[in-house]
Amino acid sequence: MTTSTLHASTHRSSPGLWTLAWRRLIGDRVAVISMTVVAAFLLLTLASGLGLVAANWNDEVAIGYARPAFLGQSEKNKAPDAAANPQAKPTELYPGTVKDPLAAEMAELRAALDGKVGAGATASTTAVLASLGMDDIKVVDPLEKELAEILANTQVVVEAARVDTLFFGADKWGHDIIKKVIKGSETSIMVGLAAALVATLIGTLFGAISGYYGGWLDDFFNWFYSIFTAIPYLLLILAIAAVLNQKGVMTIVLILGLTGWTGIYRLVRAEYMKHRTREYVQAADAIGASNFRRMFVHIFPNISHVSLVQLSVHAVGFIKSEVILSFLGFGVPVDKVSWGSMLGEAQNELILGYWWQLAAATIAMAILVTAFSMLTDALRDALDPKIK
Amino acid sequence: MNTTDKLLSVRDLRVSFRLDKKTTFEALKGVSFDIEREQTVALVGESGSGKSVSSLAIMGLLPKENASVGVGSQILFQGQDLLRFDAQALRRMRGHDISMIFQDPMTSLNPLFTVGSQIAEVLRLHKGMSNSEATRRAIALLDEVGLPEPAQRANVFPFQLSGGQQQRVMIAMAVACEPKLLIADEPTTALDVTIQHQIIELVANLRKKHGMAVLWISHDLAVVGEIADRVVVMRHGDIREAGTARAIFESPQDAYTKALLQCHPPLDRRPRRLAVIDDFVNGTGPAAENRIEVQRGFDGGETPLLEVRKLCKNFEFREGLFGKRVLQAVKDVSFSLPKGKTLGLVGESGSGKSTVGLTIMRLHKASGGEVRFEGQDLLAMSPAQQMAYKRKIQIIFQNPYASLNPRFVVGDILMEPMRIHCIGANDAERERMVLALLDRVGMPATSFGKYPHEFSGGQRQRVAIARALAMQPEVVICDESVSALDVSVQAQVLNLLQDLQDEFRMSYLFISHDLAVVKYISDQVMVMNQGEVVEVANSDEIYRSPQHPYTQKLLGSIPRGWVHSH
Repeated sequence: MTTSTLHASTHRSSPGLWTLAWRRLIGDRVAVISMTVVAAFLLLTLASGLGLVAANWNDEVAIGYARPAFLGQSEKNKAPDAAANPQAKPTELYPGTVKDPLAAEMAELRAALDGKVGAGATASTTAVLASLGMDDIKVVDPLEKELAEILANTQVVVEAARVDTLFFGADKWGHDIIKKVIKGSETSIMVGLAAALVATLIGTLFGAISGYYGGWLDDFFNWFYSIFTAIPYLLLILAIAAVLNQKGVMTIVLILGLTGWTGIYRLVRAEYMKHRTREYVQAADAIGASNFRRMFVHIFPNISHVSLVQLSVHAVGFIKSEVILSFLGFGVPVDKVSWGSMLGEAQNELILGYWWQLAAATIAMAILVTAFSMLTDALRDALDPKIK
Repeated sequence: MNTTDKLLSVRDLRVSFRLDKKTTFEALKGVSFDIEREQTVALVGESGSGKSVSSLAIMGLLPKENASVGVGSQILFQGQDLLRFDAQALRRMRGHDISMIFQDPMTSLNPLFTVGSQIAEVLRLHKGMSNSEATRRAIALLDEVGLPEPAQRANVFPFQLSGGQQQRVMIAMAVACEPKLLIADEPTTALDVTIQHQIIELVANLRKKHGMAVLWISHDLAVVGEIADRVVVMRHGDIREAGTARAIFESPQDAYTKALLQCHPPLDRRPRRLAVIDDFVNGTGPAAENRIEVQRGFDGGETPLLEVRKLCKNFEFREGLFGKRVLQAVKDVSFSLPKGKTLGLVGESGSGKSTVGLTIMRLHKASGGEVRFEGQDLLAMSPAQQMAYKRKIQIIFQNPYASLNPRFVVGDILMEPMRIHCIGANDAERERMVLALLDRVGMPATSFGKYPHEFSGGQRQRVAIARALAMQPEVVICDESVSALDVSVQAQVLNLLQDLQDEFRMSYLFISHDLAVVKYISDQVMVMNQGEVVEVANSDEIYRSPQHPYTQKLLGSIPRGWVHSH
């Protein structure tokens, strides 16, 4: 409660149940490992969000479908006849910088004409020059300005030579897959956590009201719940997507959050039904605590472990859901990358034998989801009030 | 005696539980006792004494993952050490040679099978009977344990039986294979006093008939006195005293045994203050105050502080699609409670006694009647109007493990009602008041920052009492407030309640199933049965000459202990 600071000065407070739960969590080796993995993912995501890593994921640094470094170059690339595969080696067509194709002719012209008035020039020519106020001939390239512009604009592309292989390969456009995975984690994890937060918030609130008050309010929420769960999941997602009518990360968060609260609602409702008749709640009623106070000051701290564990379970589920949504094309817009959109791209590549994009996104997701699930399990054990 | 008479010998039994990586808890510190054939031995002790751990060790039911038995320990059953048995031998022995009945029959029976099939299963497993044979035997057993219409009852599910009937089924199951030893672990604690009486008689009769030995585990010396041949008194994992029932009850040697015998309120007199363990263990002996007797009772001239008129409470259940069933939990209950007096309310489970308390507090919505406090009808008030009166009537619940919010520290538990009712100008002042309260109920100031789970049951109940006191109430409803406590702690809490009443002139509505406790603390006693008040009289009077047949039956069932039964 809020007063803990007040009496912290005069009385040493015992470690709260949260502190004890934290100690139990720290004592669990599996929990510590999975927590480290999850924390590493979150840090990486934060770093990429701040632009510290993978900010240049969109650069086409390699040839299309560059193979992972540990596989070596493909046979085709090794073949001497590069013309057979012009797309694969763009650097060979434009070696070095862009050159003026008329440079040789211009030099010849300059050599012939520049400053040659005195030597062998006709008197009439001199007279014409003099009338124009000039005393010498200077050869000027009429395309000089345009050429400078072209040089300035094309220099970068030409400078960055595309590599044949990358550590974990490249996609169709030559993006580094590792960077893409990191950038993709930003969307996936953000969507997972935010959507889980929305779902848990809705589910907990509805469940608390429904379970605590019972009666017609409970009936109302149960009807609402039944209707919601009666609609096929994908149909519901499509309907909400159509109503929101714009693609974006926030849209996915809303879709998943608005459809995912039902399970949490049932659990929290059951907990509130169980707790509202407990003696400590009756005791709170007897001392005159309001309904709101009983619901959220008295009961909620006792059931918050349910919400917390559900938050974590749903975060895992929504990371997977985002992948499915993006895979189906209802996900993130094309200018963004997520693990789901990577898998979506991979479905075409797989037929051609380019498996690394699929593998990278899957491995990243599998590690995170496994670690998160194990953390959830450990969290549930640590928070279980029955285990003292 | 020679060794062949001994059915079971427990030798230097040491059991410890690993709580976490570093700490272990020694539940039994070298316990030895014997059970002879056809003998009833009682293990008596308060919670944490190790009496249940002993029975689990004999049955081989100690949790494997964290319990360890001492190296030199032996449990010899007919000369064989049960601790050396493998899992299969233990399984064969359990139910066949040694069987057990538990405290709560509801949770011990499988709710998904009929009681007949559950008994038959035991017979099929251990006796190798055929299905029809086992069923016939099961019905015969149900008849033997006194279940009416056994052939029909064999086909019902546990939830269709009352608590007493369930315990009879458990006993039928336990004696099905004619075991040589029956372990009864607090078998009557969850039952009403009239049922308890019947079960005690049933076990005694079965013991004679089948020639079993019985190990009876209980916290209640009065019950033990009725049934046991030998008594073993345990405390904190040690045996304090063992001997024949006569020796233990008539000339106890150990200070703790003496204390246990005197902590429970006596029926024949009313000391000013109950004896507590410390009086004996510290060697000071019972305080002089314990010998001062007090008279109690209403004299009829008092003005009522709380007046209840024709209070009704109906519970409605949905039955079928449109049907409705109404249970009248409280029917036209009327009484009045003067200032500074105690009204005892006794009844068995289902009598509606707790519902009366909760309805007065408006924790249940009344179906009819009036509750007048200083002339104002509390039930007719709006919730806002009632707020002012809420602090005047407070309640102390039965279970201090459930009535304190586990996520609040004691300081917050006690300061919350003060904040809600604006008692004290600010938190600093309230904190001072809380510390004074803690001191008054005998809790150290350091408990302010601690959580409820760090305290024992008695200490928690003190915190619950302090919470009620924080609002300076005029009426306190004690709803089975001492029932969940050990007998020695119960005496302390009863003494505290009495001191507080004398100091603050509060009125108590004392609800309990324990007739001795109610007689001790009440001025007037009201007996309830099935929602109705059957008798009201001053407490000495009602115990001396009960008028109503139900009251007579109730009082006749009180375990009289050693003196009256032998």
